[in-house]
Amino acid sequence: MTKKQRVMLTRILVSAAMLIVLSFLPVTGVIRFILYMAVYLVIGYDILRKAGKGIRNRQVFDESFLMAIATIGAIALAIYEKSGDYTEAIAVMLFYQIGEWFQSYAVGKSRRNISELMDIRPDYANIEKNGKLEKADPDEVEIGSVIVVQPGEKVPIDGIIVEGEATLNTSALTGESLPRDVHVGDEIISGCIDMTGLLKIRTTKEFGESTVSKILDLVENASSRKSKSEDFIAKFARVYTPAVCGAALLLAVLPPLVNMLVLGQFADWETWIYRALTFLVVSCPCALVISIPLSFFAGIGGASKAGVLVKGSNYLETLSQTRIVVFDKTGTLTQGVFEVNGIHHSGMDEEKLIEYAALAESASSHPISKSLRRAYGKEIDRGRVTDIREISGGGVIAKVDGREVAAGNDKLMDRLNVDYIDCHSVGTIIHIAIDGKYMGHIVISDVIKPHSQEAIRRLKAAGVKKTVMLTGDAEKVARQVAGELGLDEVYSELLPAGKVEKVEELLKNKPEKEKLAFVGDGINDAPVLGRADIGIAMGAMGSDAAIEAADVVLMDDDPLKISKAIKISRKCLRIVYQNIVFAIGVKLLCLGLVAVGAAGMWLAIFGDVGVMILAVLNAIRALFVKNL
Amino acid sequence: MGTQMKKTYKIEVDCANCANKMEEAAAHTPGVKSATVNFMTLKMIVEFEEGQDPKTVMQQVLKNCKKVEDECEIYL
Repeated sequence: MTKKQRVMLTRILVSAAMLIVLSFLPVTGVIRFILYMAVYLVIGYDILRKAGKGIRNRQVFDESFLMAIATIGAIALAIYEKSGDYTEAIAVMLFYQIGEWFQSYAVGKSRRNISELMDIRPDYANIEKNGKLEKADPDEVEIGSVIVVQPGEKVPIDGIIVEGEATLNTSALTGESLPRDVHVGDEIISGCIDMTGLLKIRTTKEFGESTVSKILDLVENASSRKSKSEDFIAKFARVYTPAVCGAALLLAVLPPLVNMLVLGQFADWETWIYRALTFLVVSCPCALVISIPLSFFAGIGGASKAGVLVKGSNYLETLSQTRIVVFDKTGTLTQGVFEVNGIHHSGMDEEKLIEYAALAESASSHPISKSLRRAYGKEIDRGRVTDIREISGGGVIAKVDGREVAAGNDKLMDRLNVDYIDCHSVGTIIHIAIDGKYMGHIVISDVIKPHSQEAIRRLKAAGVKKTVMLTGDAEKVARQVAGELGLDEVYSELLPAGKVEKVEELLKNKPEKEKLAFVGDGINDAPVLGRADIGIAMGAMGSDAAIEAADVVLMDDDPLKISKAIKISRKCLRIVYQNIVFAIGVKLLCLGLVAVGAAGMWLAIFGDVGVMILAVLNAIRALFVKNL
Repeated sequence: MGTQMKKTYKIEVDCANCANKMEEAAAHTPGVKSATVNFMTLKMIVEFEEGQDPKTVMQQVLKNCKKVEDECEIYL
């Protein structure tokens, strides 16, 4: 609780207690008036002051103004009627304040709930100087400096580990609770928390360009763009409040005049003025103007806790209307790393075959050779390899342990007159021949991410009508991946410009209301991210280009997060519509009842404060996204 | 081309709608190119027009914000 909230709570409790005590005291006349006015001022002085200031600043039609008019009017009426019933006016003020207090408390609570994400801002970087650690401002650390991160500390700047190993907690960045192990040579991004070991890191970026700064920048700049619903409510409130004030005035004046002049009956001013004042209390638009922005605030906050950063409430709105999802293949649905995916027809122990292949290819820096070495997994003993000959466009021939190993494509096998078995798998095929004898082949291909298939299925379940994959890869590869994942359409062998054209074509052929989302890893697809209705970038933990180009950033590269993001947005928007319909509906109902005299001040208080509290509680629900 | 003048200020405001009001008031202050209020982080990001002194402009921004929302605060 903030100081302000504590003060307000005290005022609420004190005035409520005073009101109860007063109701048992048999005081009358002027003394009664003075005592009740004391309570009224305790609970409402700031509202009166605000209303006064509002009038002076020509901001007339706000909630304070409505409350001030309604309560002062009710008091004046009580004096005029000599009824001495001031309780209702005070109750209006009291409950209004309770509602406001509750709202402010709920906001504070949800803000704290979200602020865990904000905790990633590092305050210092440790620099070793003459054997001692010194704390430096991360802003002043130059690229290439070596910084030290101790267990329990945040990594302040992106870099490469030069010494030590540790387990990192990346949950603040990705929402992923599984810790990650890092070793010498690994790239490390700022914002992770070192949980176990001492790390020395050579920085590769300035603080301002580091992941953590980019993310904080994104989060702080979020909500700069308003959604249509928020615009609607803002416009609605501008028209609505003056309109109900006018209606209240008519209600106070018209029926009595009609009674008096047309029907020739008793005017009954008091009844109609009382109804008009009650009308004003109901009409307060707080429930709407507070709960709608609050829903988006909670929705964006909840999303960022789940590792989905949304740049503004308008994007949350668009995301909820997504019906077509277009994917980039490499890095989005597939790992983008080549891996040994199969060994076929091996004439020897498979591990042995990989070992020979890795050794033969040990001198090459080609990605294929790298993935062979990765599959081998052990240190390469270069001493075992001699006479390496690269056959351009074919492969490698080398002597390993004295045996001649040939590793390469079918052309190489043809050249060596080795009979080979063709492979029907998709990917790069490495045939191996040892001492002129065929020993089988190794398939190396880009691997589909473990969750891709499930992700597509969930998107469909979430109401996405069409899934499309765009790729620069060969048709055969693209078809195989698309078939395996169950995608509806696939376009292959596209250049980056071709991807933009395809997306534009898809945009042209879809109905206006169905939004198209493009999901990419941010590398080479910034123009497409910008062109789609909504651009979703995956894996902010690698490319900062993605953070800038996209509207929604998924912190890690798990494709399941796409459907999660859509579900979060749907939930948020559903809450927004519920609140709009609920609040306007209940208010109209109450207004009607009050106008015909079927309900009094207490119902009006419910129509104002009750509706607001319910709407706020509903809005807060948008924060909880864990089980979506 | 002058340097882009963008500054972030810490603010205090009670409700999301009041934050929106502040944002509008700040954006319409002379000398302000654009203003964003982030209710979640309680920050106001103001981009100034070229050749404007942030300090004087912000005094006016604060005044205008107080007009629309009495209980707000900007920590200059």
